[in-house]
Amino acid sequence: MKKETPSQTVGPFYAIGLTRKPMNIMATESTEGQRIRIEGQVFDGDGAAIPDVMVEIWQANAYGRYNHPDDKQEKPLDPTFTGWGRSGTDEKCFYSFETIKPGAVPGMDDSVQAPHINVVVFARGMLVHAYTRIYFADEPTNANDPVLNSIKNKKRRQTLIASPGMEDGSTVYRFDIRLQGENETVFFDM
Amino acid sequence: MKIPEYNPRDWKSHPPYSFKAYGSSVKRGPLKKLVPIQQTLSEVTGPLFSDIKLEAGENDLTRHPETGKEAVGERIIVVGRVLDENERPVPNTLIEIWQANAAGRYHHPVDQHNAPLDPNFIGAGRCVTNEKGEYRYLTIKPGPYPWLNHPNAWRPSHIHLSLFGPAFVTRLVTQFYFPGDPLIPLDPIFNSVSTKSGRERLMSSYAHDVSEPEFALGYRFDIVLRGRKATPFEEPR
Repeated sequence: MKKETPSQTVGPFYAIGLTRKPMNIMATESTEGQRIRIEGQVFDGDGAAIPDVMVEIWQANAYGRYNHPDDKQEKPLDPTFTGWGRSGTDEKCFYSFETIKPGAVPGMDDSVQAPHINVVVFARGMLVHAYTRIYFADEPTNANDPVLNSIKNKKRRQTLIASPGMEDGSTVYRFDIRLQGENETVFFDM
Repeated sequence: MKIPEYNPRDWKSHPPYSFKAYGSSVKRGPLKKLVPIQQTLSEVTGPLFSDIKLEAGENDLTRHPETGKEAVGERIIVVGRVLDENERPVPNTLIEIWQANAAGRYHHPVDQHNAPLDPNFIGAGRCVTNEKGEYRYLTIKPGPYPWLNHPNAWRPSHIHLSLFGPAFVTRLVTQFYFPGDPLIPLDPIFNSVSTKSGRERLMSSYAHDVSEPEFALGYRFDIVLRGRKATPFEEPR
């Protein structure tokens, strides 16, 4: 068996290769589902918002199907939606995505996972990317989500819940990521 | 629901989140234990970019994408294969590339190193692997550059690569280095990989079979992404 190529940091200049063109507008007018905006900041161990951080997300469409051949569910694909997005930060250190709320997807065995968005965080100073998830505070099925429930410390589950707000008539979920500190976000080994 | 699972992340192959000699890492990585997740559809799927159309010239960093004018520096040809841990090629996968110019300066406002910018060198490119997992692109050999991590700190020449592979769990961003560079043993980012064999997997090699007469020298850098768990029906090669 071959060994993996080691990870190295994206460094301070990743924008040249990775975010020169905006890739954070994931939904068009014809994309099916509830349009949402997700935004937030990523904080370091001193509680400072990180400017040179990059966030990527991957999600199912409104029906709960991933645009990928290994998702063999008999749910419709949405040709206007790939489910992938990438965001650097703006001058106030905010990342953001214009997307739709994903549907529920199957979990292990016969379980169903609450709607969620899969997240990867990269930054100057991060030698390895970190995986986390965004759940939605207004989803009652969070209570039965197998991944949320696998987090033993119930208080830490809250670090994965994005709260909705309204801005100019559209729904905005705020999701801050804390790499360290008292409310360190739950990161996954997957 | 049955899904094709991937091998667990081989943490011995990767640097730790916090590596003291690389100062910026200390406050920027999780300190709490990662929560193990059993792989589901969310982890074994991922963006494939299978309908991506690269523009002509995206795999040639030696010319300005709009003007076609030539950048200065040592032209090189970089080739390699993208494989998984089971030594199967990873076909049709996107590779994003970025790097400093020949003088060791990035085309980025944050880079204030007093070395010349080259108006003909953006330092970004993309390529896609073929059916055999092979890739190839042309570029300029990047120069070393100073940074503020410690007194008289210099990064060895390196090129950044970003790959997706077939799933969310196969994502990789790395940097590769060039043989014989005296700065490599002094570099905390290179040395953050704890094993000698791991560090060797960040090294490209000079490839005379790739060099083209009167044109450019060749370097080879193979990349290994996470592979699927072996099943009783499908033995790894």
